[in-house]
Amino acid sequence: MPEKILDSFTVKRLDILDEKGNADEALMPSISNEDIRRFYEMMLLARTFDQRALNLQREGRIGTYASIFGQEASQIGSALALERTDWVFPSFRENGVYIALGHPPYKILQYWGGDERGLVTEKGLNIFPVCIPVATHVPHAAGAAMAVKYRGDEAAVVAYFGDGGTSEGDFHEGLNFAGTFRLPAVFICQNNQWAISVPRERQTAAGTIAQKAIAYGIEGIQVDGNDIFAVYKATRQALERAKKGKGPTLIECFTYRMSDHTTADDASRYRTKEEVDLWKSRDPLLRLKLFMEKKDLWTEEYQKEAEAKARSAVDEAEKKAESVERPDPRDMFNYTYGKLTQRQQQELKDF
Amino acid sequence: MPKLNMVQAINLALKEEMQRDKDVVVLGEDVGRDGGVFRITEGLLAQFGPDRVVDTPLAESVIVGASIGMAVYGLKPVAEVQFEGFIYPAVDQISNHASRIRSRSRGRHTVPLVIRTPYGVGIKAPEHHSESCEAIFCHMPGIKVVMPASPYYAKGLLISSIRDPDPVIFLESTRLYRLLREEVPEGEYTVPLEKARVVQEGKDVTIISWGFMLHRTLEAVEDIDAEVIDLMTLNPFDEETVYQSVKKTGRVVIVNEAPKTGSFGSEISASIAESAMLYLKGPILRVASCDVVLPLPKLEDYYAPTAERIKKAISEVMKY
Repeated sequence: MPEKILDSFTVKRLDILDEKGNADEALMPSISNEDIRRFYEMMLLARTFDQRALNLQREGRIGTYASIFGQEASQIGSALALERTDWVFPSFRENGVYIALGHPPYKILQYWGGDERGLVTEKGLNIFPVCIPVATHVPHAAGAAMAVKYRGDEAAVVAYFGDGGTSEGDFHEGLNFAGTFRLPAVFICQNNQWAISVPRERQTAAGTIAQKAIAYGIEGIQVDGNDIFAVYKATRQALERAKKGKGPTLIECFTYRMSDHTTADDASRYRTKEEVDLWKSRDPLLRLKLFMEKKDLWTEEYQKEAEAKARSAVDEAEKKAESVERPDPRDMFNYTYGKLTQRQQQELKDF
Repeated sequence: MPKLNMVQAINLALKEEMQRDKDVVVLGEDVGRDGGVFRITEGLLAQFGPDRVVDTPLAESVIVGASIGMAVYGLKPVAEVQFEGFIYPAVDQISNHASRIRSRSRGRHTVPLVIRTPYGVGIKAPEHHSESCEAIFCHMPGIKVVMPASPYYAKGLLISSIRDPDPVIFLESTRLYRLLREEVPEGEYTVPLEKARVVQEGKDVTIISWGFMLHRTLEAVEDIDAEVIDLMTLNPFDEETVYQSVKKTGRVVIVNEAPKTGSFGSEISASIAESAMLYLKGPILRVASCDVVLPLPKLEDYYAPTAERIKKAISEVMKY
C-alpha cells in the first residue's frame, strides 16, 4: 500500500515593524498614539534600569545579574498585552516584564541584591517569583491554567523562558499537558539565540521553536522579537484564544541577547563581534523611534524628556533599594513552613 | 463502625474531603477511569467528574509541577505518583519548587499540595516498584513527610495533610493496603501531623518505627516490655515524644524499611544521641534494609527487616 500524507503543517511568522521603522499598516494592531509612546517609554525605562543594574553589579552593590539588553520589545510588548487578572510565570530574565506590569523597580534591584522580599508583588499583581532552574516553571504555568479553567475565571496564564529552556523535559511536559487539556496558557519563548555559550542550533534540529507547537496540537507562531508591535499583537491574539477556550499558544520571539548571559559570563569567548553588530542594527528601541519620528510622535526634545524621566525613576529605585533595611536574620525561619517546627523553635532559641 | 482496609480508608478520606471542599482535586496516572492501580481513587471520577479527578499524561514532573501551579492558584491538589520508584523525575519539582515557594515569595504564595505515592516491598512487582526513599524528602526543608501505618491513621493523617498549608509527601505502604482491617469512622476526624503516637507503653526499650515496619516491630515485641512509637510524621518529627520515651527506657531500636546508610532512622539516632545521650544505657541500634540495590522479589525477604532481625537487635540492646 502506498504511503499516505496524514496531515501537513505550516509555520507562521509575524513581522510588522522593520529595522528602518516602516510598519505594515495592514497588520498593525490598534494602538493609540499615546500607547505607542507608552511602549517606547517603557522600553526606555527597562533599558535604563538594565544598564544601571549592570553598573551596580560592577560596583559590587548588587549580586549576579541577568541582563535584558536587546530583549526589551519581547518583554515589554508581551507584558503590556496582559490584563490585570492574568498570571505570569517568569524565568530569571524577565526584569522588563516585571517593570512593565508595574512591579516597583526598586524591588527588582532589592531581589538582585539578594533579598527575597524584592519578589513579593502587591496583591492583585500575580507575578510568580523568579524561577532559576531552567524551564521548571513551565509545568507550574500549565497547572495554574488548569486551575483558572477549573474555577471558570476570566484569565490566562503566561510563562516566559528562553531557547535553551525548550530542550528541557519540563518544557515538553508542560506544553503537552496544556495542550491535552486545552488550557488557557500562553508560552512565550524569548529565543535570544544563546543559552550561555550554546547556540540555538545546538538546542534543536527543528528549523524554528514555534513549530514545536505542532507536536503538542497547539497554536504556534514565530514573531520578530525586536518588533514590539508584532510581539504585542501575537500575545494579544494568544490571550484572546486562551480566554475563549481555544487552548494554548507557543510564541517564539526571535530576538537577541545583546549582553552576556549574566554578569558572571563573558560572551566574547564564544560569539563574534560581527554577529553582535548585526543585531545592533535590529535594535528594538531604534526602530520604534524611527517609526515614531515618521508619525511625528518623536522629537529630540521628547527623547530628552523621556530619558530624563527614565533616569529619575531609576535613580529613585536605586536610592530606595539601598535604603531598604536588611531583613532580620531570624526572619528566614518564618517562611519554611506555615508554623515553626519543634526543631526550628530550638534552632531559633540557639540562634 | 465499618472495618476498612487502608485502600478503603484512604479512598474515604479523599471522598469526604472532596465533598467538603470544592478546591480539592485529584490528579495522576490512571486515577480516573481505572480508579488507580491500587483502586485508591475508585468511584471518585463517577462522583466528582473529570474536572476534579484528572487522568493526566504519563509524566511525573508535570503531575507534580502542575499541582504546584494549581496549589498556588488556590486549589488543593492531591497528586498521585503511581510508585515511589517513579517519583524521581518529579523530585526537581518537589525539592526546587514545592518546598521553596513559600520562602521564595516570603509567604505571598503557598503550596497546599499532597503527593500520595505507594512505597515498599511486598507485592512481588518488577524493579522500581518497592523502594522506600522517604529519607530523601526528609532532607528538604519545607516538605512534610507522612507515613501512616494503619487504616484509621491513614484516613486521619490524609485529611490533615490535605488541610495543611504546606506540601506533604504521603507515603503509603503497598504491603499495608490490604493487610489489615480496622474500625474507621465515617465522617470527619483528623490525626494531627508532627505528632508521634505511643502504640504500646513499656519500660525496657523504646522502638521507633513507621509504615509497614511498625507491624514487623509489633510482631517482634510480643514477649518484651517495649514501648513502641509510630512516628507517623517523619519530617518534622515529634522530638518530644521520642525523647520522653528514651528517657524512660534508656534503650533504643529504630526500625525502618530503607537501606541503613542515610536512612531517616539515622537522623532519629543522631537526634537522640544529641538530646538524650545521658539517659542511654547502651548503643542506639538501627534495623534497616541492607545497603544493597533492592533485589527483585525472590530475594526481597532477605533484604528488608524481619521480626527476627528486630528481635535480635532488641536482645542486643537488652544486654546493657
